[in-house]
Amino acid sequence: MNQEGILRHSATRLLGLIPTLLVLITIAFFLIRMAPGGPFDSEKLLPPEIRANLDAKYHLDEPLVQQYFRYLGQIITLDFGPSFQYKDWTVNELIARGFPVSLTVGGLAMLLAFFVGTSIGIIAALRQNTAVDYSVMGIAMLGISIPNFVVAPLLILVLAVYQGWLPAGGWDWSIPRMVLPVVTLALPVIAYIARLTRGSMIEVLHSNYIRTARAKGLPGYLVIGRHALKPALLPVISFMGPATAGLITGSVVIERIYSIPGLGSYFVQGALNRDYTLVMGVVIFYGVVIILLNFIVDLLYAWMNPKIRYDEVQ
Amino acid sequence: MNTPADMQIPKPQVVKAEVEDPFAAAMAGQDVRGRSLWVDAWHRLLKNKAAVISGIIMFIMLLLVIAGPLVSPWEGDFTDWDNTASPPNFETGHWFGTDAVGRDILVRTLEGGRISLLVGLVATLVSLAIGVTYGAVAGYYGGFTDRIMMRLVDIIYALPFMFFVILLMVVFGRHIVLIFVAIGAVNWLDMARIVRGQTLGLKNTEFVEAARACGVDHKAIIRRHIIPNLLGVVMVYVTLTIPQVILVESFLSFLGLGVQEPMSSWGALVNDGAQDMESAPWTLVFPATFLTVTLYCFNYIGDGMRDALDPKDRA
Repeated sequence: MNQEGILRHSATRLLGLIPTLLVLITIAFFLIRMAPGGPFDSEKLLPPEIRANLDAKYHLDEPLVQQYFRYLGQIITLDFGPSFQYKDWTVNELIARGFPVSLTVGGLAMLLAFFVGTSIGIIAALRQNTAVDYSVMGIAMLGISIPNFVVAPLLILVLAVYQGWLPAGGWDWSIPRMVLPVVTLALPVIAYIARLTRGSMIEVLHSNYIRTARAKGLPGYLVIGRHALKPALLPVISFMGPATAGLITGSVVIERIYSIPGLGSYFVQGALNRDYTLVMGVVIFYGVVIILLNFIVDLLYAWMNPKIRYDEVQ
Repeated sequence: MNTPADMQIPKPQVVKAEVEDPFAAAMAGQDVRGRSLWVDAWHRLLKNKAAVISGIIMFIMLLLVIAGPLVSPWEGDFTDWDNTASPPNFETGHWFGTDAVGRDILVRTLEGGRISLLVGLVATLVSLAIGVTYGAVAGYYGGFTDRIMMRLVDIIYALPFMFFVILLMVVFGRHIVLIFVAIGAVNWLDMARIVRGQTLGLKNTEFVEAARACGVDHKAIIRRHIIPNLLGVVMVYVTLTIPQVILVESFLSFLGLGVQEPMSSWGALVNDGAQDMESAPWTLVFPATFLTVTLYCFNYIGDGMRDALDPKDRA
């Protein structure tokens, strides 16, 4: 693929991030400000002077539009400001604390989902329309249909409470505590990837060049590994973007059920307590993560798919 | 269309379709009657066992959810202090047991199902209305309008939308109508993209050109000629959107942001059940089963409809 074409395409795409981010920030900012109540409402009623001082300190007494532009100026320097709810913490510190946890769980879940999902899909495709295929795909559909907040309590109940094999929740970076959250988070993604892989693999297996490869006597595993796998994985690659967004969403629930101190749990707490800066910080941060991942997935897709050329004149 | 959803194409039906080719039937000297797209699709759907069984189960579920609470001896918010947190028991009449304050789980599950299914239908209709209008307008007018409109969709697409639903719920309170709107308002993007793609293909067909030549105005062309021809694809996505929406609602209710007491939904019940699952697992298992079965069936029906209606399959 043409190097210059990729560079130019990447540059355009990265520039295109700016309006997206601006829309994201604007919607999130005004939405959370429209919410009734403020960050200092939940505690006991403050004397008006103190309240006024607090508002002044955090610039909450200024007109909303002025606050908006102040915020924009502030986040250009990558400073998300102090958290209202977690005293003495800045939002940057909270993100730096929560994100590694979320990233570990999400990343492991993604790895697990990719390898298990594609393997299952390939097996089903090779045994198309047999009992193996039907049962695997039936289970995959179940994986899509059971919400993870149903799977999680059931897994805790059976594996942690009744059997006592694994801890029911909490977080200390040890592997036993990671097993249940990672598996729960991965299950629906495994199911989607398995279905995608099966579908595309079946299509690929019916193509002429696979027949040629078989005809010249190539053993089955080489036909799959060398010729069929790469094109069959293309839909899976393009699914990685939405899958990541799904994992981030899912992590909100998973982190709550398993009491994991990740970003998702900060977000829900922040939204309920009108912690404006924390909510904005998490939304913007995850927005950037999703956008960047989609961008990487695009590049990966182009690299794997010889049909895509960025240097073509449209 | 290059969405991943379009790429998962198990289509053994193609072979069967050839067997029923009307021309083959004509050659065999049989009575041949023209079959519309819809009749054709219906026959194909009926051959899909998983979809038919799912359809029957959903029909029964619908009847249960509507009629069940009416005939049950218990009220959803009635607290039976003699039987708090009691396991399923036919003698006391609590077939699914009761929760910690003695409310009948069966009735609460059925009443929760009303809300969950209602949200599924209404929020899907909201996203349908927005998505179809938006996509049809963008695709039909094309050019600059299209580029601006679809760029906006791309931008919104990149946003972490579940966070926005959570924000919407926090901002506007937990009124049920707002749940419909909030979920519907963020779920229309797929619909808009698909409809736009289809419209791009449709707007250059002869019948649209004919309508234009007859002097029909743009609005009427979109309403009378474009949208009716989109219905097949749209129906497939409606069926696939319903379970997604039910899932989002139960997700919100699970986080405590969805419907509020005394109303209840499957998500809220699963949340309640998960709190007590160690002492009273039945409070979790029954609502969870109803929710899962419903999602499972809708997904199978949607898959079946896609196989039956997706034009790609008839190629």
